[in-house]
Amino acid sequence: MGQKQNKTMIVDATDQAAGNGLMNRRFFLNSALATGAAVVGGSAALAQETTVGEGQEDWTLYPGDDAPEYGELSQFEVGRVKKFVAPPTGGRTASSAGRTPLHLLHGTITPSGLHFEVTHHGIPDVDPDKHQMVVHGMVKQPLKWGVEQLENYPTVTRQHFLECSGNGRVCWAQPKPDQNFMYMTHGLVSGSEWTGVPLSTLLDEAGVSKDAKWVIAEGGDSGSLSRSIPIDKAMNDSMVAIYQNGERLRPSQGYPMRILNPGFEGNTSVKWVRSLYVTDKPVMSRFETSKYTDKLHDGKSLQFSLEMDVKSVITRPSNAVALEKKGMYEITGLAWSGKGKIAKVEVSADGGKTWAEAAVEGPVQSIMLTRFRIPWMYEGRPAVLQSRATDEFGRVQPTRKALLAARGKQAYYHYHAIHSWSVNARGKIRHVYA
Amino acid sequence: MRGGKSDMYMRKTLIAALLLAGSAVAMAQESRFGEPATQADIDKRFWSVFPDGTNLPDGQGTAVAGAEIFELQCHACHKNPPDEASEFEPEDPADVLFGGHGTIGTDGALATVGSYWPYSTTVFNYVRRAMPYTSPMSLTNSEYYSITAYLLYKNDIIEEDTVLNKETLPGIKMPNSDGFINAYPEVPEKYRTK
Repeated sequence: MGQKQNKTMIVDATDQAAGNGLMNRRFFLNSALATGAAVVGGSAALAQETTVGEGQEDWTLYPGDDAPEYGELSQFEVGRVKKFVAPPTGGRTASSAGRTPLHLLHGTITPSGLHFEVTHHGIPDVDPDKHQMVVHGMVKQPLKWGVEQLENYPTVTRQHFLECSGNGRVCWAQPKPDQNFMYMTHGLVSGSEWTGVPLSTLLDEAGVSKDAKWVIAEGGDSGSLSRSIPIDKAMNDSMVAIYQNGERLRPSQGYPMRILNPGFEGNTSVKWVRSLYVTDKPVMSRFETSKYTDKLHDGKSLQFSLEMDVKSVITRPSNAVALEKKGMYEITGLAWSGKGKIAKVEVSADGGKTWAEAAVEGPVQSIMLTRFRIPWMYEGRPAVLQSRATDEFGRVQPTRKALLAARGKQAYYHYHAIHSWSVNARGKIRHVYA
Repeated sequence: MRGGKSDMYMRKTLIAALLLAGSAVAMAQESRFGEPATQADIDKRFWSVFPDGTNLPDGQGTAVAGAEIFELQCHACHKNPPDEASEFEPEDPADVLFGGHGTIGTDGALATVGSYWPYSTTVFNYVRRAMPYTSPMSLTNSEYYSITAYLLYKNDIIEEDTVLNKETLPGIKMPNSDGFINAYPEVPEKYRTK
């Protein structure tokens, strides 16, 4: 038997950073940990010898499998992690969504197999040897590339989040707060390391006209999904991504090549991209007119609301767990901004009356998920936990009330308000509007 | 003496470094692996048609022909107007095609081709590339013009015998054509949170 450690945490009132138990973010680092000496049981009388492995589990007693060619999840994790909320395509709905279970994950990189995916016409099974992307329109020389040609270029590798503008849509109009685990309210955002060729490299090679204003991207799926990308974005930081987290893209992420527009609403990063038409006007495709537009209270709608807002959410604790004991818990979550870096994340344990600054885990990267954490002493008193992000441009995440006042309840897309978890005296956690 | 030698060494190193840097730049400029794309390469992959009619194909159709095609190709998933119940109710409001006029801006907003879509060309653009859902691109251009005509006719936007083709389609004004506000690069002040 191993040694048992008795840890005593010494809490000083001066460590409090805000109301209802929020502690200074450095509390865990500073706190004195008194390690009690462990008592090791005396040796038992050697009455009758048994094999020393008595009581061990089988996996300790028998050699395991050989290394697989491609590693997989533990069989005990399968089925716990991903939630599909619409029937798989092939049925009669034209969209399906696989959501990231943020409440089960840590860090900032989402495993590729858990990256959220929204498809409008199913996931195509593209043979890379038959897939080519053309650049044409207002260019000197129309060009085409297969993935093997793209492999020849100097690449860039950057970590970025992708978020569907429908992330959180249930919080706009639904009168009662959604009580599914948070994949439903927040699971359409994920973080990855993307590798590809800067789109500007390919556009420059084709020779873009100085009068060009838009690039119309079309995918090779069965709906040839298309979006118009402003030329300033295309020439700035967009890329044609061919790798995600070090390996070739998954089919659901656009294999063998996709556009990645950092910080823009997810569906502009057209997957399975096969045509880029350089022009001076947007195409006004379905997905930028009737679909991904935000209905306002005055009957107008926002169009080309491309840049994602500043946003954050507490991932632990969440309504997926209950606090069974009083004690010192870590509140942790994710913050992100489609414009740049996260500058600050504040946390409240009293529904926004008082706020304490959380520790932000670096390196903080531009247009990437940023993890924050703060210690919290739960003493069995009711609490409402919230996080509020601020980005480097001074954009502050709004309350739900402020967001609804600005846009009404029918916007459907670009919900980014502060999310609230209520904790009751028994440790039960629920999503509330606060 | 020592200083002189050192200077010479540094100069040689500097020249070598400059040469290396120069060749790196030259190599970067030579990363040109795109192959010329033919018109056939482009035509296979480029399906976009624009509000001004750019890239609309030949062919033509009317709502009369469209009604028949709708029944065969679309009705399994999409309700017929005005109020016919269908066994399948699309859960995504964007998939409702008819009605909803005057609802945008209310709590019961129903965004349909008639109440919401701002451009007539978008209807043709989307239906041709993506529909019927299980067999997109399986109809002729004239059949896609006909379905477009049916959708516009049943939304009271054109007459039953209006002929749609690449000349006439761009001129059809949609009821909600003035309903959109550009939010790029910034959401207008009025709709930002305080």
